[in-house]
Amino acid sequence: MIMTEVSENRPVQPSRKAKRKFNKEYLWGYSFVAAPILGFMLFAFIPIGYSVYVSFTKYDAFNPPTFNGADNYARLLLEDPLFWKSLVNTLYAAIGIPIGMAAALAIAIALNQRIVGIKFFRTVFFLPTICSVVALTLLWKWVFNADYGLLNYLLGLINVSGPAWLNDVRWAMPSMIIQGVWAGLGFHMILYLAALQGVPTTLYEAAEIDGAGSWKKFLYVTIPGISPTTLFILITAVIAALQDFVRFMIMTEGGPEYSTMTIVYYLFQNAFRYMDMGYASAMAWILGILIMIITLINFWLSRRWVHYE
Amino acid sequence: MNNKENKLGKLSAYAFLIIGTVFMLLPFLWMFSTSLKLEGKVFEYPIRWIPEPIEWSNYVTVLTEAPLFGGLMNTLIIILPPMFVGLLTSALAAYAFAKLRFPGREFLFVALLTTMMIPGVVTMIPTFILFKTIGWLDSWKPLMIPGLFGSAACVFFLRQYFRTIPSELEDAAKIDGLNPFGVFIRIMLPLSKPALAAQGIFGFLGGYNDFLGPLIYINSPEKFTLQLVLASFQGYYVSNWTLIMAGSVLALIPTVILFFFAQRYFVEGITMTGLKG
Repeated sequence: MIMTEVSENRPVQPSRKAKRKFNKEYLWGYSFVAAPILGFMLFAFIPIGYSVYVSFTKYDAFNPPTFNGADNYARLLLEDPLFWKSLVNTLYAAIGIPIGMAAALAIAIALNQRIVGIKFFRTVFFLPTICSVVALTLLWKWVFNADYGLLNYLLGLINVSGPAWLNDVRWAMPSMIIQGVWAGLGFHMILYLAALQGVPTTLYEAAEIDGAGSWKKFLYVTIPGISPTTLFILITAVIAALQDFVRFMIMTEGGPEYSTMTIVYYLFQNAFRYMDMGYASAMAWILGILIMIITLINFWLSRRWVHYE
Repeated sequence: MNNKENKLGKLSAYAFLIIGTVFMLLPFLWMFSTSLKLEGKVFEYPIRWIPEPIEWSNYVTVLTEAPLFGGLMNTLIIILPPMFVGLLTSALAAYAFAKLRFPGREFLFVALLTTMMIPGVVTMIPTFILFKTIGWLDSWKPLMIPGLFGSAACVFFLRQYFRTIPSELEDAAKIDGLNPFGVFIRIMLPLSKPALAAQGIFGFLGGYNDFLGPLIYINSPEKFTLQLVLASFQGYYVSNWTLIMAGSVLALIPTVILFFFAQRYFVEGITMTGLKG
């Protein structure tokens, strides 16, 4: 609560009577925000500060941490090929973002054609979003089963002999991308649907008068009209993708041959399997900074393609 | 011309949506179908979508062998109290940030917002160390206590909502002698039921489906949440897919029911967050 005290010192309000009345409101205000601010201090601000320190130590969570300078960072960046591999894997997995966004937009556009049964379709696409990651991951592990799985069965119907998916070094990551797109479609579709409904019809009418066909209307009215939503989805999806790992843990355990080891999974293993808290904290900070940089770049680039009304 | 184009567009939209529906639903149907088969029958070719015989015993087996029901109870005990208390603390703060004036308001709000921008992985390790230091490992406390303080996302969302409520109502209530807490209880809460419901549902869903938190903090099987119990199926039933799928189906039922009853709040809640975030 240090912060509230600091800000209370700021001079405010002219008349004395008004001041007394306002002071009472201050008190209400501070007491109302107290719980989340206290939570912020206890579970975000202090841990984050401590995490910076831990990232410069050797710490196994049993014996007290010993300071070892930038050793963790040096080891990560210079001596740990698996860190780099997991980073590359994570970026590879992010291919699912544009695929998923395009598919979600296409579905939203189709749903926006005054379709009969819109509620049914919306429910169908949204269904995985509410389901537990554990259950869905177990389900897809079975779908991807090389011998008896649904996917290879369907491929067999059209005379394609499917790969071993999760057990094949080349196909394990594409499998994870397919599963991720399937599971994430609904959420983005709902956002796009709302955005499409928010594009003013007058703009479409004006474009029609100018002789624009469907494609041109899509390109010059729809795409700019929904661009703020596209930015929102892009930023949240990138942040989520860079931290994705629970489904990897259950589905592949990072294998085969580390082909699906993601960066947070590797971090998790270092922290909770090998109890190397300092090393894992350094990894968390490198990832955290990477996320911040990518987010800033996204915002910066967005000035060129996002149009606010 | 335009009409023809329209019809064609609609037709292709239906075709596209139906293909998409098949892609979305087939895995679920396959899951359900598998869960109703005798163990050896999953290896049959071609796939029998309607099993012969339909075997409900898989459900009986997992319910009696695995503590799915106990896991569900643990999950509910863990998530419900923080959900309600957290909703209240978040709403109070959101009201203060939206409607009350006090010095430092913007600063505190921005400070709170930064929590939303910090990637979860950065806080995962230090909070684990914190809870370990105070001896909370292998208890439900790390999963329950932080939620009581409210969440930044919830504060942000509700603040946006409260700002759309006209101040005239508040002013009238103030003239009637209500203090800010009275205004909050009598005016703000009743007017914001849909927003509160949406946030409550998101909170419930997040807690119900959470796997990482329980995985890090809980070791004793009798304290396992439903998701931990379900995940343990993989090791326990190895590749006995009929039982694993039966457990998965059971684990999905509560959220699917919730979704069908509260679909409106889901959709509204998501679009409000998206458009204003």
